[in-house]
Order: sequence, then C-alpha cells, then structure tokens
Amino acid sequence: MNDRNSYFPRKLHSLLGVIPLGLFIVEHMLTNFSAYEGGPEGFKDSVAFLNGLPLVFFLELFGIWLPLLFHGVYGLYVAYQSNLNTGRFQYGRNWAFTMQRITGVVTFIFVVWHLYQTRYQVMVGNVTHEELGGVMHDVANSPFYLVLYIIGVIAATFHFSNGMWAFLVSWGITIGPRAQRISSYIWMGVFVICSVMFLMSLFAFRGDEFKEAASAALAWANLV
Amino acid sequence: MAETTTAQKSVKFIIERQDAPDKPSYTEEFEIPYRPNMNVIGALMEIQRNPKKSDGSSTAPVCWESNCLEEVCGACSMVINGKPRQACSALIDQLQQPIRLQPMRTFPVVRDLVINRERMFNALKKVKAWIPIDGTYDLGPGPRMAETKRQWAYELSKCMTCGVCLESCPNVNDRNSFIGPAAISQVRLFNAHPTGEMNQEERLDALMTDGGIEGCGNSQNCVRSCPKGIPLTTSIAAINKDTTKHMFKKWLGI
Ligand code: SF4
Ligand code: FES
Repeated sequence: MNDRNSYFPRKLHSLLGVIPLGLFIVEHMLTNFSAYEGGPEGFKDSVAFLNGLPLVFFLELFGIWLPLLFHGVYGLYVAYQSNLNTGRFQYGRNWAFTMQRITGVVTFIFVVWHLYQTRYQVMVGNVTHEELGGVMHDVANSPFYLVLYIIGVIAATFHFSNGMWAFLVSWGITIGPRAQRISSYIWMGVFVICSVMFLMSLFAFRGDEFKEAASAALAWANLV
Repeated sequence: MAETTTAQKSVKFIIERQDAPDKPSYTEEFEIPYRPNMNVIGALMEIQRNPKKSDGSSTAPVCWESNCLEEVCGACSMVINGKPRQACSALIDQLQQPIRLQPMRTFPVVRDLVINRERMFNALKKVKAWIPIDGTYDLGPGPRMAETKRQWAYELSKCMTCGVCLESCPNVNDRNSFIGPAAISQVRLFNAHPTGEMNQEERLDALMTDGGIEGCGNSQNCVRSCPKGIPLTTSIAAINKDTTKHMFKKWLGI
C-alpha cells in the first residue's frame, strides 16, 4: 500500500464531470440549438450573450478550462486502469462501462480538436466570435468533418448521460436496483434527446443562411 | 445394468494448466467416462485417478482446490466455459462440451487451477470486517438486532470470499488497486450490526484510502456473477452514500 490516496482525485473527477462540465454541455447544446431555431442571428446572439457575461475570462478558466483538463487527463488514467471484458460478460451495464471509457477518450480527442477549430482560432485572431457560425457552416458541409462531428457529438452526449447515471450511484443517491434502473431509463432518454438536439443544430449549420459568415472564415478553414 | 448402455459416453475437457507461478501456461485435452450427475470436481478426481490426456499419453494430474463440495467455502472457484464459478456446483449435464477450465487469473496462479486468494483476506483485514468485542473485562451483552434486520443481514453474510466477483470486475487488475466488491459488501454487513456499528467510521475510513470504494466503475458484473446472490451493487451504492456523508462530516468537522 502506498501513501497516495486515489479517493479524493476520483471524487473530484466525478464531481467536475457534473459541475461544471455537465452543465456546460447542456448550455452548449442550447446555444447550438439557437442556430436551429433562430438561424445565424439567433446563434450570434447566444454567442454574444455568453461573451457578455461578467468576468468571462475567469468563468472560462475555472468553469471550463481547468475542470476540462483535470477531468480529461485523470479520465484517461481511469480508462487506462480498466480492463474491458465485454467478451466474457455481455451484460448491458458492462457494455455501458466499456462505452463510458471509449466515449471518454473519443470525446477528449474531439473536444481538443473542436476547441482548436473554434475557440483557439478566435483566440489567435483568425476569426471573430461573430464568424463562428460560418466556421461551423464549413465544417457541417464537409462530409469528412461532418462524420467526425457526428461521432464526436454522440460520444460526448453518451459520456455525459451515462456519466450522470454513474454519478448518482457513486455519490450514493440511487442505491437500490429499482432506483438505478429508473435512473438508467431517464439518462438514456436524455442521451437520445441531447444527441438529436446537437445533430439538429449541426445540420442547421449546413443551411445557406450561414454562408455569408462563412466566407470570412474560409481563409483559415482551408489551413485546418 | 444401466452402466453398460452409458459406458460409451464420455466428457471432453480442455484444461489450462501451469506448472508453477512463474511458468508459462499451456492447455491439455482430456476425455473421461461419463457418469450420471457428475460435477466438475468429480471429473477432476477421475483425471487424478487416471491422468491420461485424450491422445492416451500420460501427464501429471491436474491440481485444483476444494473443500465443502456444496458451494459454501469458495475454494473451488475457477473459470468454467468462460464464466467464473464454483466447480463443485458445476454439473456436467448442464455444461456445453468440450468443457474449458481455466484458473481465475485475477489472482496469482499457484499451479494449474489453484489460485492464491490472499488479497481478499488482506482486504477484509484492511476494512476491519469483524466486530471487536475483546476487552480486559466483560462488556456484557450487546444491543439486540431486530429479527427482520437479522434476516436481511444474513444474505450479506453468505459471502464465502470465493473471488468470483473480483474475477468478473474489469477494475480488479494489476494496473488498479481497487479492493473489489466483496470487502465493500462486508463493510455494509458489519456496519449494520448493532455492535459493529460502533466502529463504522473506521471501516469507512479504510474504504476512503487508496484502492478503496472509488475504484468501482459500475460495470455491475459482480452482482450478476455472485453465486450467493449477494446484492453487491446495492451494497456499493449504500457505502458510497455513507462514505460521501462521512467525507462531508469530516470536512465540516461535525
Ligand atoms: S460477494 Fe459473492 S462472488 Fe464475491 S466473494 Fe463473496 S460470495 Fe464470492
Ligand atoms: S468446494 Fe467449497 S465451494 Fe466448491
């Protein structure tokens, strides 16, 4: 036995997955959905609203960047510590366990790349916040990127929904088999709804109304 | 007699063997005469009596462990046709042939099908899975336990430390220090006991150190595999609740 205690980092990893990351993914889903509902204007307004929040730098740092970094890196370690034995034990929950780890790794890669394509380009000044809709227009119209985004989005929503299920068990909120079963129905419902909403917005970005905004973004998108 | 008509029937085995802990493993095939109501232990005894492989060449008898022969000691646990279970309650009539026997490799293999389950006993020591009643004077009778609670606790007390739940758990491996489901369920058992309850914090503390309860990743294979039908995942979730509460209490100093 060594002195290292894995209890607190693992608990922190679990908590950060919900607050703030779980909240963030829901927020992100709603922002994107404004592209479906309100077109370029709706999306622009949502982005502008977020950027208008007070102390946005610190909000991003402590609300997203650091939690994401910890959850992602520690999560990779958690995945490394698991055997995948669905070959021998083909139970639904064991599949979910396996998928939680696979989607975790996929989401991590997807998020890094997605941040590079969007947030990083804003940071280095290649595009402005207003042009992000155009960036997404280009992404959604490239079959290659579109497929990668669909995989990434579905992986992220599964990881979120199933992670919420596991969070409720790990913190002792859903204890008995009945509570856990009902919880699994609810979170699988959330998974479906979130995936559909994300995909609807992704496809909304394909529309021509996002095109004008796209021309400005094209210049760097070709580089990616 | 019936024997003359069934004498031709035989049972095929593919057994994963290993001569010593640090030796490579290899498989051998056996074909032994069928007897009605035979179990895997009976078949291994037959191989012991007549240690010949199916090609007729002789080999060292296959080693295994067993005691109670009625699925209460856990000694004969092994992987039978891919699933960890007790060999004494594995009836040949209910198994698909050829029957594959393997040691439970989550544990160090001593020889052939014999494994060392010491880590499980260490785990029980770590979480103090007992009720301390020794003292320098007679402590008198402890509080009584309600009969309904006793019946409930009896289910948890059926654990025979067989190791099947650890073998099925994807998080019990040599990259992970997870204590395994059995010991966590024992904490729930002893913390529910009216006298054991007096030391419940010690057991929770033990599960909040490295390799403790946080190692559970909720694959829930354990509860599907436990031969005693112990509600392991319910125990884990209940202890998750207790450890979480304990953590906040300690932080807030109450
Ligand atoms: S909990 Fe069940 S599977 Fe695990 S060691 Fe005890 S009896 Fe065996
Ligand atoms: S010999 Fe005791 S459980 Fe099989």
